[in-house]
Amino acid sequence: MSKSTKLTAVIVALAVAIAAIASVWLFLIAYPQTAQAASANGAQQITMQTVGALGYGQHPTYVSYLVEQNGKWIHSTMLQVKANSDVHFTIYQYDSGSPLRNPFMDQVSGTTDGKEVLNGQPVRIVNDYADGGVGHTFAIPSLDVSVPMPGISSTAKNPCSTPAPCAPSFDHNTVEFTIHVGAPGTYPWQCFVPCGLGYLIGNGGPMSTLGYMGGFLKVVA
Amino acid sequence: MAAKTDERTDKQHLQRIGVIWLVSSLVAMALVYFWWGPHLPPGTDSVEAKGQQFDNRILATVAVPVFLFVWVYLGYVLLNWRVKSDTPVAELEDGPAVKGHRGFQATWMIVTSVTVFALFVFGTAELVQNAGAGTGSGQAPIWTPVGYKQNLAKTKLLVVQVIGQQWRWTFRYPQFGGLETSQLYMPSGQEVQFAVTSLDVIHSFWAVNLGIKADANPGVNNIAFGQATKNGLINIRCVELCGIWHGSMYTTGHVVSLADFHTWVTAQQATHSQLIPYLPPYANIYLPQADGGYYDPNTNPLPPPGPTPKPIPSVIP
Repeated sequence: MSKSTKLTAVIVALAVAIAAIASVWLFLIAYPQTAQAASANGAQQITMQTVGALGYGQHPTYVSYLVEQNGKWIHSTMLQVKANSDVHFTIYQYDSGSPLRNPFMDQVSGTTDGKEVLNGQPVRIVNDYADGGVGHTFAIPSLDVSVPMPGISSTAKNPCSTPAPCAPSFDHNTVEFTIHVGAPGTYPWQCFVPCGLGYLIGNGGPMSTLGYMGGFLKVVA
Repeated sequence: MAAKTDERTDKQHLQRIGVIWLVSSLVAMALVYFWWGPHLPPGTDSVEAKGQQFDNRILATVAVPVFLFVWVYLGYVLLNWRVKSDTPVAELEDGPAVKGHRGFQATWMIVTSVTVFALFVFGTAELVQNAGAGTGSGQAPIWTPVGYKQNLAKTKLLVVQVIGQQWRWTFRYPQFGGLETSQLYMPSGQEVQFAVTSLDVIHSFWAVNLGIKADANPGVNNIAFGQATKNGLINIRCVELCGIWHGSMYTTGHVVSLADFHTWVTAQQATHSQLIPYLPPYANIYLPQADGGYYDPNTNPLPPPGPTPKPIPSVIP
């Protein structure tokens, strides 16, 4: 083998190694797109939906949250809001449910009035053993925020059957609530329903993958 | 200077090393125990923390002469027997061969054996004491506080159940109607029995500044004891890598006066009164049911005596 051939081989091998390391590094530090809260009448608004199966991407079978950004649904759980303000959430819950692992989270906590509005009705406690159970929760443990969202009925006639996002014509529950955020910071949020079906304790898969059933609430000045 | 050093006998060198080591050890041991010791973790916020800090002070103090022996000897050797930079290469030669010395070997064996055995006795004695009960040791703990059974029977112990779940802590108070909250409150001066368990994977409950730590295993009731001695905050963390949000599985507890504790309990009972029927009856452990939940209030109502449970509404406004 000539000297130039050896040199070329070394350079190619080095380039491949650098590319491999860079790929792993970029994969590890990759975050979903951050969705900023919309402003409406001086208040901040975040609109989300939960779907039983995303239907596309790397994990099409994963249950997931989506968030609305500028009128379009994007697959992300990275939310950004302004500090020291009220943030109003509207979440369309298209998924079915199950009993909670800990019924303590039947009770709404951390919202400005201690309640959520479920399909137009103010509610403090949701029975996770009622028909449909609890599909998902939106919880920020460090802010003591926990909002249970009932699943659609087990006898629902028109469950969402298309890839995400789900259209309003499909059966769903609408949950609204307002929280007050204080100082700037980054707060992890997650679902507390073990909805990672097929994974250990139901908390693997989408429960343990950023962008599906958990993310970050970035509170900025 | 170098000539004088060369004239000394091995015995003289040993005596110098011994004197330097002894004096520096006495000074450093006093500094470690009296100056640094009061600042050692986990602090003095509980009986257990005080006990552990005392243990750390003793262990750190005992380690001083061992640490200094190595460094004093090394320093002495480097200063006295190093080869001068202007030594011709031709004059460099090996030192004398190292031969066994029964006196040194016996002394080394005896000193190290006595040290290790003394630490073993000290550690065991400390573990048996009340202050050593800050670590969970299962459902039937080997070491319990003095009068544990009598106090438990007379409900002098406050029982706090610590429930780990991916990824948060909740706390139940069986002596207050099974109240469950997301906050840990405990009165200062009150002996507390922590009953630690998990609903899913292995977590580990660590009240850092109280010196109380117990693994939270699913299907296991792991008991630990603690008695806070001053009002303040409790730094609570999970110290078992338990999944993606393990790093955020922390919270802050509160040690308050007995009066403030009862005020807090009353407020919490009022806040959660409507939730109580939805919670499973208090149990040492909670196991998953076939439907994936842990309790069905419609088929497993709260145990008698008591009025017939009313149908549980699907929502409470």
